[in-house]
Amino acid sequence: MNDTWLDILIGNGLVIAILLVVLLSLAAVLIWLERRLLGIWQDRLGPNRVGPLGIGQVLADMIKIFTKEDWIPPFADRAVFILAPTIVVITMLLAFAVVPFAPGIGISDLNIGLLFFLAMSSLAAYSVMLAGYSSNNKYALIGGLRAAAQTVSYEVFMGLALMGVVILAGSFNMREIVQAQAANGWYIVPQFFGFVVFLIAGIAESHRLPFDLPEAEHEIVAGFHTEYSGMKFGLFFIGEYLGVILISAIITTLFFGGWLGPWLPPLVWFCLKTLVFICFFVLLRAAIPRPRYDQLMSFGWKVMLPLALVNLMVTGAVVLVQEG
Amino acid sequence: MTATLFYIAAAVAVISTVLAITRTNAAHALLYLVVSLLSVAVIFYLIGAPLAGALEVIVYAGAIMVLFVFVIMMLNAGRATARQEQQWLSTSAWTLPALLCAVLLAELVYVLQQQDTVYLDAHITPKEVGILLYGPYLLAVELASMLLLAGLVGAYHLGREDPPPDRRQPGTAEQTDA
Repeated sequence: MNDTWLDILIGNGLVIAILLVVLLSLAAVLIWLERRLLGIWQDRLGPNRVGPLGIGQVLADMIKIFTKEDWIPPFADRAVFILAPTIVVITMLLAFAVVPFAPGIGISDLNIGLLFFLAMSSLAAYSVMLAGYSSNNKYALIGGLRAAAQTVSYEVFMGLALMGVVILAGSFNMREIVQAQAANGWYIVPQFFGFVVFLIAGIAESHRLPFDLPEAEHEIVAGFHTEYSGMKFGLFFIGEYLGVILISAIITTLFFGGWLGPWLPPLVWFCLKTLVFICFFVLLRAAIPRPRYDQLMSFGWKVMLPLALVNLMVTGAVVLVQEG
Repeated sequence: MTATLFYIAAAVAVISTVLAITRTNAAHALLYLVVSLLSVAVIFYLIGAPLAGALEVIVYAGAIMVLFVFVIMMLNAGRATARQEQQWLSTSAWTLPALLCAVLLAELVYVLQQQDTVYLDAHITPKEVGILLYGPYLLAVELASMLLLAGLVGAYHLGREDPPPDRRQPGTAEQTDA
């Protein structure tokens, strides 16, 4: 506690700057990783021409997206149209503030960290909705409407699924949740159903395949980003990958012991575990087809919600019996 | 430091709320309202109620306002609606109510000036809120949950599908529709 606020500011500033660079470049590399992994799983090559293993594709994609014409349709709601893609990137990056990467590494040790994450992921929903609304295009509007209904529904079980972890750890603080797992074992065992619900809700929240109905290209062109081009489209793209990294990092923190692990340094463990879940997200895309929209909604309300509630009730009862 | 941040957040809240009222485009007005709710959340955090701040963002800004935007999108209110709003918000329509409200505001400020300012330096944790909610305020929690349940049942009732028309008596269909 001897640090002056200037030290804290500089220290935090460094962590924030490093994190920003790492996350944004990781999101760009993920585009390449996803295409390569999809290629391998679908028995084809994927982008392998530019540079060793095709890693130069990342650079080529960046140059392409930065030099493309950035067109704002004359019929669009201009201010909202420009605002929409920034929201997803801002909220996703802000949510990383509460992720404990390793002991002593992290931006904020907020005592309501988990709620902050939920708040940011619920604000991210605006991005897609406003994009759909401001484009003034029927396909974009349908995509936006789907995104609104989907994210509002799946947010409910996302929050409920995490409350089991909160009951066990007795805290909303991410760092304390990891420390509780050091004492009691990883929460994937007692909170298996919570994990399943959170994983599925996480996919729906970041609208990745198989739950990417807001942009289902076989029926509504490109959904909410039909009218977007150039770097504004790029922001949606980066935001989606940031969402995948975020959900993977949160799963790692809450259910798989965060930085805990033998032999290797804590930060390496955290990154490895997160990477496994990122690859799992890609594998899901390669393996599962898209459900119909009404199937998605009824699955959410009729299966996920009861499962999350029962999980919460049983967890609460078990903790009560153990303590009493 | 905290006081400065508080005044900034409060100024943002007041300005965005005024803009939320005066914008004629419904979607823009809602966005200003979201900004207003976010700044209120910041204020909650600054005065030592982080849980209330987080819930303000999750519930109001993140869920209820999303549904509002959803409805605005469904209604597809275009330029015609904006023009209509402009006509409704004529100077003669808002002058008198604004004057009357200004009198009340002046009284409120005067009353607040009379009292000693109490700075809560406490930091209320989620655990304390939970213990209070499920201890002394249990009855209020139960009442609120019943109210929400009633709302849920009501919404379900309104949204339920009517039986197919062939099962109805001929001739009564027009009456029920009217």
